[in-house]
Amino acid sequence: MLPGFRLTLGMTLFQVGVLVLLPLAALALKAGTLSGAQFLADVTAPRVLAAYRVSFSAALGAALINVVFGLLVAWVLVRYRFPGRRLLDTLVDLPFALPTAVAGISLAALLGPQGWLGRELAVAGIKLAYTPAGIVVALIFIGLPFVVRSIQPVLEDFEPALEEAAASLGAGGGQTFLRVILPALMPAVLTGFAMAFARGVGEYGSVIFIAGNMPMVSEIAPLLILVKLEQFDYAGASAVAVVLLAASCAMLLVINGLQFWQRRRHGAAA
Amino acid sequence: MSAPTVSRQPRAGRIEGIVRRVLILCACLFLLVFLVLPLCVVFAEALRKGYAAYGAALVTPDAWAAIRLTLLTAAISVPVNIVFGVAAAWVIAKHEFRGKSVLVTLIDLPFAVSPVVAGLAYMLVLGAQGWFGPWLLEHNVKIIFAVPGIILVTTFVTLPLVARELIPVMQAQGTEQEEAAVVLGARGWQVFRRVTLPNIRMGLIYGVVLCNARAMGEFGAVSVVSGHIRGLTNTIPLHVEILYNEYQIQAGFAVASLLALVALLTLVVKSVVARWHARSYETGSSWT
Repeated sequence: MLPGFRLTLGMTLFQVGVLVLLPLAALALKAGTLSGAQFLADVTAPRVLAAYRVSFSAALGAALINVVFGLLVAWVLVRYRFPGRRLLDTLVDLPFALPTAVAGISLAALLGPQGWLGRELAVAGIKLAYTPAGIVVALIFIGLPFVVRSIQPVLEDFEPALEEAAASLGAGGGQTFLRVILPALMPAVLTGFAMAFARGVGEYGSVIFIAGNMPMVSEIAPLLILVKLEQFDYAGASAVAVVLLAASCAMLLVINGLQFWQRRRHGAAA
Repeated sequence: MSAPTVSRQPRAGRIEGIVRRVLILCACLFLLVFLVLPLCVVFAEALRKGYAAYGAALVTPDAWAAIRLTLLTAAISVPVNIVFGVAAAWVIAKHEFRGKSVLVTLIDLPFAVSPVVAGLAYMLVLGAQGWFGPWLLEHNVKIIFAVPGIILVTTFVTLPLVARELIPVMQAQGTEQEEAAVVLGARGWQVFRRVTLPNIRMGLIYGVVLCNARAMGEFGAVSVVSGHIRGLTNTIPLHVEILYNEYQIQAGFAVASLLALVALLTLVVKSVVARWHARSYETGSSWT
């Protein structure tokens, strides 16, 4: 047994207890002070339901798009050598490092009617900024590294013998990918999807500048919490928040389950 | 390669080459549109009215106050997260105990929780209506809508970052070197400083830099607890929001470009660390 076990465990429990569990418990208890009927009325009000729908559906759409392009980016970065590959690889982490508010105003400027891309899209009759589609764009930006970074290491460790076996049995490149590689990547793909989705549901900074924030249409759930706080409706804000918190915890459990599955599969293959 | 595949090798090779080029092109285009363009927009908008206007936006008293508050926030929350992140990584990566996976999940929780939800949760503990609100009021301590609240929620949001970077590195190192040091008579702190720390140095550096970038840029949670008092409780991201909403677009982007520069520096450190890891891995494997 190495030294420092009790000290470091104590510090970690203290930190997690005071900084994480205490505030989240306060939130859950605050929502618990509402009567069941009141809580239900708060979270099923049309404006609240619309906000949940916007947040969850935009996060789902963005996570699905990110699975496709994240897989593509991870594949290209791992399998091919080309000039600028290192630079691209580093760049994938940009959404982790760039503050969400900066990403938000920048995407709004890029896709707005005067923006570099917005101008061209307007000619084609497409409007992204200040619509629900704009929210999806922001969440693609935010979620991309989660998908790429969870697929990349699995693809790097992928046993070339499996592909060679498939090829020697007469499978083409596409067949090998769909029948051999993709199934092996599935736990990593789903983990990345779940992380991007969980992050997208709660995302605030990058979304509000591009969303237009129209109640019932493009107002996200986190923004509605702030709106309720500005009206000093603490109970209502807590009710909306506790549903998001429950969704976060559920997603975290799903992610943990997926990672367990991946480890077991990895262990079985080795 | 076996004999039958040789006959169709040229055609298959050509198709593979085309597929390869198309895939690389698609990936590059996607990253260009979604990552490179937004980054370029920040600097293009910031410099649209020239360097003088850029500089002018950065030296207003409100911008200065925001910069000072952001630096203060990072200067407190980052060291706190280094200490606790290293402790958490040490206990999780080097020890076996019951309930470890629960602890790991709890450390990850701030990643999954919406920052706005986190801000509200802190308000319900420390705000005027919160658990400790009356007590704090009585003792004249202001946390919510003041600087301490901003620092607290920033620490919450960035809490998993250092531990997350360190746990895989520490796990990969195993415990043999530390055990050997203990057998040779090293004390706890000596073991960490002389044996573990040199091995995890690079991971720690990236964890700290990333933690710093996120601490400086935190927006959602800080929005809830700051109260938006100009010159007093506005961090850089909140100042950017105010400028943007007042249609001072160029000034907003000028201030935002500071944070974009911090992000770029973070990526530079990341690539240096990655290259260092790749090199030490190669030399490491050539020895064995």
